[in-house]
Amino acid sequence: MTLLTVDDLKVSFPTRTGEVKAVRGVSFTLGRERLGIVGESGSGKSQTGRAIMGLTPRQAKITADRLAFGDTDLLSLGLKERRRLRGKRMAMILQDPKYSLNPVMTIGRQIVETLKTHEDIGSAEAKARTLAMLEAVQISDPERVFNLYPHEVSGGMGQRAMIAMMLICGPELLIADEPTSALDVTVQLEVLDILDRLVAERGMGLIFISHDLRLVSTFCDRVLVMYAGRVVEELSSANLHEAKHPYTQGLLNCLPQIGSHRHPLPVLERKPEWAL
Amino acid sequence: MTTALSIRDMLVHYDGFAALNRVSVDVEYGQSYGIVGESGSGKSTLLRAVTGLTSFQEGSLTVDGRSYSGRKRDHAFYRTVQMVFQDPYGSLHPRQTVDRLLLEPLTIHGFDNVDARIARALDEVGLGSGFRFRYSHQLSGGQRQRIAIARALIVEPKILLLDEPTSALDASIQAEILNLLEQARHDRNLTFVMVSHDLGVISHMCERVAVMKGGEVVETVPVDALENRQFSADYTRRLLVASEGFRRD
Repeated sequence: MTLLTVDDLKVSFPTRTGEVKAVRGVSFTLGRERLGIVGESGSGKSQTGRAIMGLTPRQAKITADRLAFGDTDLLSLGLKERRRLRGKRMAMILQDPKYSLNPVMTIGRQIVETLKTHEDIGSAEAKARTLAMLEAVQISDPERVFNLYPHEVSGGMGQRAMIAMMLICGPELLIADEPTSALDVTVQLEVLDILDRLVAERGMGLIFISHDLRLVSTFCDRVLVMYAGRVVEELSSANLHEAKHPYTQGLLNCLPQIGSHRHPLPVLERKPEWAL
Repeated sequence: MTTALSIRDMLVHYDGFAALNRVSVDVEYGQSYGIVGESGSGKSTLLRAVTGLTSFQEGSLTVDGRSYSGRKRDHAFYRTVQMVFQDPYGSLHPRQTVDRLLLEPLTIHGFDNVDARIARALDEVGLGSGFRFRYSHQLSGGQRQRIAIARALIVEPKILLLDEPTSALDASIQAEILNLLEQARHDRNLTFVMVSHDLGVISHMCERVAVMKGGEVVETVPVDALENRQFSADYTRRLLVASEGFRRD
C-alpha cells in the first residue's frame, strides 16, 4: 500500500535577488518502509520533508504533479485540515530538542497537549497514556520526567520525549529530520534503537533525513541521495557499495574510519553539471 | 625537554561537583593528542582549564616550560596556545568583519605587517581575499570554521587546542576541515590536543588518545591499539561500537 506519493515536487523561495529553488523536482513513493534522504546542507532534503508536513514558510511556492498522503491530496488541503492531519496521522521529529521543545512548558504537559488536540480524551487518561508513552521510549522514571522542563533534561532524554510526543497519536507517517545529529555517539545509538523498534512495532512509514550516508544506510531500507534540490541516485541500502553516482561515492568516502589510513581524506567534488 | 603540555592531578570543582577529578595528561611537542568521551565526561572542561577559561583548584599545569595556576594566563601563553571552538556560529563576533576578527589577535600581540599577515592567513585556510570584508553571518558553517582556524593560527602558536572542531558540520565539510588542520599541523610543526566524541575522527587525526568518562581518564592508548582492539576498558569498547554505526540485532 502506498502511504505517500510525491511526484515532481518543487519548492522555491522568492528573495530580493530572485527565486531560490530549494527543491527542483523530487519524486518518490513511500509504503510502510524506512526511506532515507541524504544530502549536504542546502541540498533540499529538509525542505522536502517540510513540504510534506506542510511546514514550509508561507511565502514559499510549492508545486507538484501530485503530493498525496494515502488518497488525500495535500496541496488542495486547507490549513485547518492540514492541522488535523499533522501530529495525528503524520508527525515530524526535529534535530535539536533544545530548540524544538517548548521551554516554558513541562514535558508532560506538551505531550498531553498533543493528545488533547487530536483526541477527545479526559485529563486522567491523557496523563496515563503520556506516562505509558514515556515508558515506551525507555525513560525509566516517567513520573519524574513528566514534570520536568526541557532544560532540565539531557539531549538524549529530550529527544526521547520528542519521539514520545510525535508517536503518541499513532501516526502512519513519521519524518525524522536529523534526529540524532545533536546527540553524542553513544546516545545516538540508544535513540535510534528506540526509534527503530517503535517504527517496526507500529508499522509506520519512516522518512529519515540526514547528512550521514553511512548512518542512514544502516538504518533504512532504501536511500535517496539529493544534490542541489534533486535526487541524483536511489539505492537500496544493501547495495550501497554499488553506488554509481560520483556524488554518492564522495559522501561514502569522506568519513574518517578507524583502521583506514587516508591522508588527506578524499573530499567531495561538486560539479555544476550534476545540478542540471 | 620534549613535553609541550603537562597536566598533573588537575581538579576542577563546580559547586562541589568534580568536573575533573585528578586528571593527568602529557602531550609531547609535535604530537597530536586526542581526547574522547561523551557529554559531561570533562573533556571540554580540560581544555577550558588549560586556557584559563575555567579555573582549576588543585594540580599543576606546565605549558611550554612555564607553570600556570588558577585562571591567570599571560601574553606569552596565548602566543603559544590557541584554541578552536566547537560552534562556528557562536565563536565569531557577529558585528565584526573577518578583517577585524583577524586583526584583533595581531594587535594584541604587537605584530607588524598586519595586512600581509591577514591576507596570508586567509589564503592558508583556503578562503580568498574576497572573504576579508564579510561578516560571519554571510559565511557558511565550514567557512566560519576556517576563519576560526585562521584566527588561531595567525599568532603563530605552537599548540592548538581543538574542541570538537567539526561536530557542527556536515560529513563532507568535516573532511575538508580535517584535511586543512592536518596540512597546517604539518606545515607549522604544531602540537594538537583534539577533543571529540567521534572515535573515527580522533583515530584519523591523532597518535595517542585518552578516553574520558565522568571527569576521569579511563584509559590512554596509542591509536593503533584501537584498530587492533588492544585496549582494556569496557567503555572504550562501547565508544568503538558506537562509532561503527547502527546495527539491528
